[in-house]
Amino acid sequence: MADRRPDRPDRTLRPHGARTRGSVAPAAATPAYAPVDVDVDVDVVVVGAGPAGSAAALALARAGRSVVLVERGPFPGAKNVYGGVVYGRVLDSVIPGWQDEVPVERWVVRRSTMVMTPSQSVSIDYRSEAWGAPPYNGMTTYRSRFDAWLAARAIDAGATLVPSTVATGLLRDTAGRVTGIRTDRPDGDLTARMVVACDGVNSFLAKEAGLLPPADARHHTLGVKEVLALPPEVINERFGVLSDQGVDIEMLGCTRGIPGGGFLYTNAETVSVGVVVSLPELAASKVRPEELVADVKRHPSIAPYLRGASLQEYSAHLIPEGGFDAMGPLATDGMLVAGDAASMTLAAGLWLEGVNFAIGSGLAAGRAAHQALAAGDTSARGLASYRTDLESQFVLADHQRLRRAPGLVLSERVQQRYPGLICDLADGLFTVTNPVPKPGLVRIARRSARRHGVSLADLARDTLRAARVFR
Amino acid sequence: MTVVPDSGSWPKISFEARMATVEFRVGARPHITVDGEICRSCTTRACVTACPANLFAPTASGGILFNYEECFECGTCYMVCNHEGAIRWTYPDGGTGVVFRRG
Repeated sequence: MADRRPDRPDRTLRPHGARTRGSVAPAAATPAYAPVDVDVDVDVVVVGAGPAGSAAALALARAGRSVVLVERGPFPGAKNVYGGVVYGRVLDSVIPGWQDEVPVERWVVRRSTMVMTPSQSVSIDYRSEAWGAPPYNGMTTYRSRFDAWLAARAIDAGATLVPSTVATGLLRDTAGRVTGIRTDRPDGDLTARMVVACDGVNSFLAKEAGLLPPADARHHTLGVKEVLALPPEVINERFGVLSDQGVDIEMLGCTRGIPGGGFLYTNAETVSVGVVVSLPELAASKVRPEELVADVKRHPSIAPYLRGASLQEYSAHLIPEGGFDAMGPLATDGMLVAGDAASMTLAAGLWLEGVNFAIGSGLAAGRAAHQALAAGDTSARGLASYRTDLESQFVLADHQRLRRAPGLVLSERVQQRYPGLICDLADGLFTVTNPVPKPGLVRIARRSARRHGVSLADLARDTLRAARVFR
Repeated sequence: MTVVPDSGSWPKISFEARMATVEFRVGARPHITVDGEICRSCTTRACVTACPANLFAPTASGGILFNYEECFECGTCYMVCNHEGAIRWTYPDGGTGVVFRRG
């Protein structure tokens, strides 16, 4: 088994004479992967060994299909970044007992939503002991470990992982049907009866197939993250948790008015802190992304958690946040898309989920590809069961129900006025003004709304809108 | 690293030191190329501030200098660029480029 572990970078498969620099020493030089004959004909080529691709490969291999899983990084997860919590219950049906083997940092028992101004904050802080015991709710992890673990499950089921290989384009027959991929390996064409594209947020395969627009900044956010080292006992004390218990804090109002938010979550021996901001608005603001992270770290409600922590890794990644309305078709003749390549990230304010949607869509894509191959019809029509399957479960059901949420969450009042209004409201309620008698609640509310340029009509409208969006 | 006890301040970390925390296996081929001629006429230059790895540098002569070696491969630059053809963006060759350990 040791020779198949994909969490070890493989030197023998570095075809481009790469040199290594950076703070992390390269792992042992043992070849981690068997050489692969890329000319071999397979049932399905899955592109991208992230959670969507590995889930698709797992489902296909379990169904008895021959699968090649192509990954451009030296190991699965090397190119991937996430922003908080992985919700793993989607794995219950395919990897029973996954909780006992998954590379977890901490199980989240405290979920906090914080709205803030530069000097104030109001939190809704939920803590559950149930979340700290099986079957758990959410976990924190490192993608280099989590993605490698899931890919290893696909390999165990029979899939062949081909790392360090970029899918550079699609192969198509004269009728336009996808028949495989081009890769950057010598003699790199890889033909297959079907392709499942799980090549991430920039998916050039989905773009080439006409399933994604070439560059649509409006529907993307940029996530920027710092991982900061702290001793585990310091993390436990500051966040009020025990050994493997974790905390996830989501923030609104900490991004200088640029639509988006901040996050802070605990790993075993580090904490991860960062922001996620609208791409066009970030560009227009001319603020550098790492300055927004610095703002969060400096905030008086956040800084005490992080004091003395040293930077261990800086990272950034795009997120497809357009939601249901930004999704394109999910299938074309001979090809399916899943995960970020299909804009499956759910960014609905209260709910910020991606990895579980990637896994859910990947599993469904694997099932649909298997059925289409069995039925002998891999045309877009023959693959239509993919969408129906996704609609019948959380992946598209949640997206469809919350399709208006990204618009509301990123709207001007929610982003720029309500955080200050809510903080002022709390201030009015809890600041004791003796000897002046307490003002009434209605007066405080009116005063806070007026101070932040929100009319009662606006408030009523947004309340109604929120009720509809989150119904 | 000296730490200022006051919760409001953080030790200043240079951008170079920040990027030194990230592992890059630099490939021989520049995977992103920038057409400096097109950039000369650009007034927005969104890439310069938005790039999280700070790889786009305006030059004294009005162009843009780009260095592909420490790229996160995120896609921000081509997404925010409003000049068709200015940025030619591909993934670095297989096995090269950024390696996130704690992403």
